[in-house]
This record gives sequence, structure tokens and C-alpha cells, in this order.
Amino acid sequence: MNIFNAFLLGFTLLATQAFAEVSGDAPGFTLQGVDGEINLADYKGQVVYLDFWASWCSPCRDSFPWMNAMQGKYADKGVKFIAVNVDRKQADAEAFLQKTPAQFTIAFDPKGKTPKLYDLMGMPTAFIIGKDGKILHHHIGFNATDIEAYEHHLQQALQH
Amino acid sequence: MRKKLLVLSLAVTAVSACSNLGVEPWERDILAKPEMQPVASAVDAAFDDHIYFSKEASSGGASFGGGGCGCN
Repeated sequence: MNIFNAFLLGFTLLATQAFAEVSGDAPGFTLQGVDGEINLADYKGQVVYLDFWASWCSPCRDSFPWMNAMQGKYADKGVKFIAVNVDRKQADAEAFLQKTPAQFTIAFDPKGKTPKLYDLMGMPTAFIIGKDGKILHHHIGFNATDIEAYEHHLQQALQH
Repeated sequence: MRKKLLVLSLAVTAVSACSNLGVEPWERDILAKPEMQPVASAVDAAFDDHIYFSKEASSGGASFGGGGCGCN
């Protein structure tokens, strides 16, 4: 391949990278949590519900009570709930958590590395990661009319 | 060969419509603030729209939904 072709390929890939959708293995990460580091690899063998949220995102606020309920229902059955905050200022996230308590694990990613890895299309986005570490399902946004479907995907992941 | 590749590259790029440019969904914190909304006062905007409707006999189409979170 000559330089021109290489450049062309690179340019085309860059210009179209938004088409790339994360599937297959869930990208690994280590992030700072409320107390201590959170490493996705530690939860291999469990179903992981990985949510991306921000304090300025109102559907995220709506999703927290539902995630708390799901945490209560499925934590014992082997589902780990991790909610990655993408606020640039951690103080914003902490103020949000004061008003909207979370019973699940919170991780902070002020630099936005993990949302880039997971190629988010909107906020919030949640991924259901199977016991083998593969992404089984994801949904963009949080819609109260779809909560049955979200729960169904969780149950499917547990049986997978 | 080179020409064909160039055409292919341009075609693929055109189809993608530069879809990776701009603010990422997780970077919309400032855009989501109330002061960043195109309409500062909903009541004021409604009056303006009412006057526009009565003068021009047309309404709608001057707004969009959503608070900048990229989910609707």
C-alpha cells in the first residue's frame, strides 16, 4: 500500500468512525469510585448493568429510582450495577447524589474516557454485559414506558 | 485505481456526513444549562409566537424539543 492509499484509508475511517458500534467484548476500565477503585474485570462471571449518567441529564435522574429497585431485586441473583458518572466536576455529581441517592456502585470518569470507549450515542446509555464479558444489549435513553423491556433484557442476560 | 479509491473515499465520507464532528453526548453539560437554551423566557416566546400567528396566520416550526442530552 502506498502512502496515498494509506492516507485515504485513514481519512475514510476517521470520517466514518461514528458508525462503529460497540459490540462483542465490553471494553475494560478502572475508575475511581466513591470508596476505592472500580475495575470492570473484577465482575467477570457476573452480569453487569453498566450505566452512563450525568447530573445535567434529566432522564438519568428518572432512571435512578428504577435502578435502585433493580439493584434490590437482582443484586442477590448475580447482577452488578455500575453507574459511571461523566460530569467534568465531581462536585456536580455529588450534589446530584445528595438529592437522588443511589444504592448501586458509582464510578467517576470526569475525563470521559469510558463513554468514548463505549461510543455512546446519547445520555443515558446502559449496557448489559453477560457473564462472559460480552455486551448482550444496550439501550439509549431512559423511558419509563420501556422499563419492562429493560428488566426482561436483564433476566435474559442471567439465563444466557 | 487511485481515482476509484478517491471516489470511494469521498462517497463514504459524504454518506457519513461528518457525523463524528462536534460535541459528544457526554460533553453536553454546558449546553444543557438553562441559560444555553435558545428561548430564555417561555412566556415571552409564547407571546411572540401568538403575535406572529395573528399577523402571518402561521404557527409552529420555530422550536425543537430536548434539553441537550442527545436522547430525543
